[in-house]
Amino acid sequence: MDLKDLYRDVIVDHNKNPRNFGRLEPADLHADGHNPLCGDQLSVTVNMAGDRIADIRFDGSGCAISVASASLMTEAVRGKTLTEFASLHARVHELLTQHDSSIDPVSLGKLGALSGVREFPARVKCASLCWHTLQAALQHETNAISTE
Amino acid sequence: MNAATQSVIEQVGTRSVSSIRADFPILHQQVNGHPLVYLDNAASSQHPQVVIDAISQYYQKNHANIHRGVHTLSQRATDQFEGAREEVRRFINAGCSKEVIFTRGTTEAINLVAESFLRPRLQPGDEILISALEHHANIVPWQHVCQHTGAVLKVIPITQAGEVDFTAFESLIGPRTKLLALAHVSNALGTVVPVENFIAAARKAGVPVLLDGAQAIPHSVVDVQKLDCDFYCFSAHKLCGPTGIGVLYGREALLQAMPPWQGGGDMILTVSFEKTTYNQLPWKFEAGTPHIAGAIGLGAALRYLNSLGMQNIAAYEQQLLAYATRQLSKVEGLRIIGTAPHKAAVVSFVTKNIHPHDLGTILDTEGVAIRTGHHCAMPVMSFYGIPATARASFAFYNTFAEIDRLVAALHHAQNVMG
Ligand SMILES: Cc1ncc(COP(=O)(O)O)c(C=O)c1O
Repeated sequence: MDLKDLYRDVIVDHNKNPRNFGRLEPADLHADGHNPLCGDQLSVTVNMAGDRIADIRFDGSGCAISVASASLMTEAVRGKTLTEFASLHARVHELLTQHDSSIDPVSLGKLGALSGVREFPARVKCASLCWHTLQAALQHETNAISTE
Repeated sequence: MNAATQSVIEQVGTRSVSSIRADFPILHQQVNGHPLVYLDNAASSQHPQVVIDAISQYYQKNHANIHRGVHTLSQRATDQFEGAREEVRRFINAGCSKEVIFTRGTTEAINLVAESFLRPRLQPGDEILISALEHHANIVPWQHVCQHTGAVLKVIPITQAGEVDFTAFESLIGPRTKLLALAHVSNALGTVVPVENFIAAARKAGVPVLLDGAQAIPHSVVDVQKLDCDFYCFSAHKLCGPTGIGVLYGREALLQAMPPWQGGGDMILTVSFEKTTYNQLPWKFEAGTPHIAGAIGLGAALRYLNSLGMQNIAAYEQQLLAYATRQLSKVEGLRIIGTAPHKAAVVSFVTKNIHPHDLGTILDTEGVAIRTGHHCAMPVMSFYGIPATARASFAFYNTFAEIDRLVAALHHAQNVMG
């Protein structure tokens, strides 16, 4: 269990300087996510162009893993279609949760920096909160979602 | 300056802390390549060998079901189980052992009082009074009975320092108040609530009082007769005892008048399909086969704590608290949450740039175990406008050098997180 696997430079950087931080107003879609265990709270706003994610912002507060994960996610999904998002989400989920995952972190670009999270089971929810929240927004579920 | 340069004397009564540490096998291990520093005692404390031995002796030599058996093992198990009840009675100075009900823990003890004592007495519009620093275990059971009866939960506010506001309490207690349920010590902040003052005022108003003693009893001498409370609840696992066992102390007259809560074996005298008669106290409230080994383990834990002396434990823990408060205050960007002048050895804090969860993870890689999160006291977190805190909570087997390790690990975290 090496700390540097969890807090890679990319993660530390995105925590300190989150990208796409804020809210789109107006926004086509929006959802709030909450992790009651840690108190992590974030909201995602999205504007669509057809079935593509044209623009995305997030805001809220949380630990470094949840903030960096959300920041990295917003960069990775901009311009993606709903189908592309679903497949990326599935791969990230596998990367975060499965020890024997065959996914090469490098193939996920900067998101690969999250591969250390699976060594810290207590922190997986922190990294996945933003993805669940965005999924809820894309499914037009505007209700708050929770990791519990 | 750290402990090495301070030449402190670590002593609980006549015993050195290093000899006490030798009683606790779990403390002597490496975690993530470092000697374990266990500072999560408010969540659950560790067990001295004598407790582990008492439990394993029971399973190796004396286990059988209790109370009804005529054979030797059942008699032994019964004697040990009831012996543990007597240990508890003495430890809290209850008037008689009928007033000591074994439960699964603090949570179950509070639920028992909510359902059996309070619920039948409540009318719509009646009030239950709690404080803003309660653990969820002393909030949710009351919300339940309110939902079922139309009673109202009233909350005594706390001050910025984390003290229960006595003036506000005096204006909240009134003719509709049917119970005052208060934490004796706050688990999230460490505040020692001056419950004596609250109890005196409640007595005058004719309001019964329940104390959640889960965090008080590990750190102080508790005398339920002197406190003059009606109910006192605690868990063995915060007292060097096992999980799954705890105690409800109740004033005998109140317990006698209360209907049983759960039905089943052990709590009855006779059963027919027409009519069941109930057992006497305390068994009336102990339906089913109890956690026999748990009670025996708790008894052993209380003997161990008595051998050290609760007063000595309290005195040493206050030294740890003072040192930890001083050293943590020097850490840049660190803010202590909960600054009441009278606290148990619990320090909750936040740091400027690092979320408590990241702190918890980083400290763990340094072998330092603390708790991070809302500590089952979400209303306390909302009061301070923070999602979570990091909490270091101390026991009498902790050392000054361990506090130095905590501080060093915090500096390390600041480096990691840039
Ligand atoms: C103040 C307080 N009350 C109640 C409880 C609940 O105790 P248990 O979970 O053992 O029932 C705790 C333990 O976390 C506590 O600290």
